[in-house]
Amino acid sequence: MELISKIIKFELSNAFRSKWILVYSLFFFLATYLLLSFESDSGKAALSMMNIVLIVIPLVSIIFGTMFVYNSIDFIRMALCQPIDRNSLFIGLFFGNSIPLAVGFFSGTSIACILNGITLALGSNFLLILGVGIALTFIFTSIAFLIAIIFSDKTKGLGFSIIIWLVLAVVYDGIILFIVYFFRDYPVENAVLAISLFNPIDLARILFVLGFDISALMGYTGAIFNKFFGSSLGIILSITMMVIWFIIPILFGLKSFYKKDF
Amino acid sequence: MIQLKEIEKKFDKSEVLKNLSFDIEPGKITAIVGPNGSGKTTIIKTILGLVKPDNGDILIDDKSILNDYHYRKNIGYMPQSASFPENLTIREVLKMIGDLRNSKIKHDDELLVALNLTAEMNKQVKTLSGGTKQKVSALLSLMFNPSIIILDEPTAGLDPVASSNLKELIIKEKMKGKTIILTSHIMSEIEELADHIIFLIEGKIKFDGSVFDLLTYKSENKLEKVIANMMNEKSAWN
Repeated sequence: MELISKIIKFELSNAFRSKWILVYSLFFFLATYLLLSFESDSGKAALSMMNIVLIVIPLVSIIFGTMFVYNSIDFIRMALCQPIDRNSLFIGLFFGNSIPLAVGFFSGTSIACILNGITLALGSNFLLILGVGIALTFIFTSIAFLIAIIFSDKTKGLGFSIIIWLVLAVVYDGIILFIVYFFRDYPVENAVLAISLFNPIDLARILFVLGFDISALMGYTGAIFNKFFGSSLGIILSITMMVIWFIIPILFGLKSFYKKDF
Repeated sequence: MIQLKEIEKKFDKSEVLKNLSFDIEPGKITAIVGPNGSGKTTIIKTILGLVKPDNGDILIDDKSILNDYHYRKNIGYMPQSASFPENLTIREVLKMIGDLRNSKIKHDDELLVALNLTAEMNKQVKTLSGGTKQKVSALLSLMFNPSIIILDEPTAGLDPVASSNLKELIIKEKMKGKTIILTSHIMSEIEELADHIIFLIEGKIKFDGSVFDLLTYKSENKLEKVIANMMNEKSAWN
């Protein structure tokens, strides 16, 4: 534990010294601030913000996470020559990369909300966005770490990360729509529901829809999810699936990191 | 005593270490010699735990190290090409490694002067030349007083003064009873430093014995010639 916190501390001081975290935070600050300034209905602003979060956070987290591992190879080699166990190093690096991203998003968005007089009370739309954004940061960083450790070649790893993002953020919904359209004469709701559980971005969207109770505004899967489970069971199920989406890549990442030759 | 027992390692389809067994005696300087791609660095990385062997075992003082990491507290390592986090100063790098090792940094002025690093301590790694990075790496391998020192081509990239000072430091460490493993392509350096030679070709041991034994066995007085001949024999086999 002591070792993990040392590595996290070192990576945090490194990350906060560089400017990218500031730029990332500024992006969310500006996006939230502008949306809240131009939209009188904060619910609609939250909806637009959610769509930005669902696209940008997975993309940035997966690309930054993958690049971070490749850029840290020298540090990893150096650290592994010291009396350090590989699991602690992996966990330390993971949180050393994901915490600055989460903090950047959280600070930018929450400062913009506060400046616009939005209270981040329990159950409020923007608090839900913050929660979902942080969860997506950790999930996509864990996927990025797994990819970067499996592929020693930087180009392959980065390419694979972009493909994974593209599939989960864009192609997946297309496939679902295709299934719904193609099998429109059959009762496919349950199958679609099951498929959407295997996409963390869909899960985040579902969580948002159920929390907001605006299923009609947020697409097909949200609507049937709401119908099938109702709000509270749906929320618990989607949170559970998101936790699984975080834990499984981490466990596989730990296993691959343990076996990897540096 | 470091013992390698029937070590095998493949990278993809190429077999880098082929059923390799040898002992490294304590208190001596052992040189691992061989042509490029013969497996020298892989052996070193296997001892350090950076590379995991497919088969076999490595024992240090009769304890297997394969699933352990504590033993690295007693190892100082200088890699072939040094690389540190770019935006840190040398002082910060030393502090960070000291922190990770849970060791207090002993400000060893003798080491700093010998490696001519005193004036460089507050410079960022990204501003340093390759040679200076090598010196920092040498400093790191020695400064925590480890009982085993592993040096992968230690003098490559160093200027003659630093190179000569480093060799002196290596001999001093040996006098203190340290176990030293080094690789080098400079035969005069091996002749000057090593007590024992392990000669590798394509992941197999071709000679394992003292420098003196090797010279007598081949009836030569220059190590460079002996090694060159042995490498040529290898080409003849191909």
